[in-house]
Amino acid sequence: MSGSITARITLPEQAHRGEVVPIRVLVRHPMDRGIDAPGLRPVPRRILHSFRVTYAGEEVFRMDLSPGIAANPYVEFTTVAVETGDLVFEWIEDGGAVYRREARLVVA
Amino acid sequence: MNAVRRRALLAVPVAAAVARDVAAQPAVEEDFAAAERAILAGRTPVAGGIAIDMPQLSENGNSVDLAIKVESAMTATDHVTAIHILAEKNPVPRVARFALSPRAGRAEVATRIRLATTQTILVLAETSTGQVHRASRDVIVILGACVDGG
Repeated sequence: MSGSITARITLPEQAHRGEVVPIRVLVRHPMDRGIDAPGLRPVPRRILHSFRVTYAGEEVFRMDLSPGIAANPYVEFTTVAVETGDLVFEWIEDGGAVYRREARLVVA
Repeated sequence: MNAVRRRALLAVPVAAAVARDVAAQPAVEEDFAAAERAILAGRTPVAGGIAIDMPQLSENGNSVDLAIKVESAMTATDHVTAIHILAEKNPVPRVARFALSPRAGRAEVATRIRLATTQTILVLAETSTGQVHRASRDVIVILGACVDGG
């Protein structure tokens, strides 16, 4: 089960082997907290609770998110450039929906 | 003796009411303390080794920039395995957890969090050697992220 999601992934197009590469990910999502307050139409909790990044098939980063993460979650992390390959970004939403995006890192 | 018993009976509801008050009020902080204890799992944290970059004063609690840097060589034998963000007065004290490996190169993460009110942010960083680093920062929030004004 894989849907589409709007994400802006920023990473250098090219890196040297062994270089520490910064990766910035901004994804469009309301991160509904399921607040039940007077005057509000109750919306069930629906957040991206898990974010996982693999690089050339190996997991390099994982984040557990809570309702305490702002809407349109932004994450910044680093990874060591080891080889030319795809970074796969995977979000899991409440209810089990999985969203996936890919980006290629060329290592010289 | 009768008087004593009556006094004892009188004292019971008062004590119960006090106990209920105490239990009802700092429920959120209790959860926060429990969350920290659960992460520490009996280990004693070491103060410092963590730089928290966050504004001292935040106009809008719906989105607060937070960047964390942990001093670590990130080698195979000595690296940060997890970074936890806890918010003292948020309805959910465990805000986020990051899992890292030597493949990260540096123990640096950044994100944007929601803050219900003025409070303390706590960061715990677990290392592969079994140590836990601890650092905290106070933040003043003008407009909280909670709809009920809390």
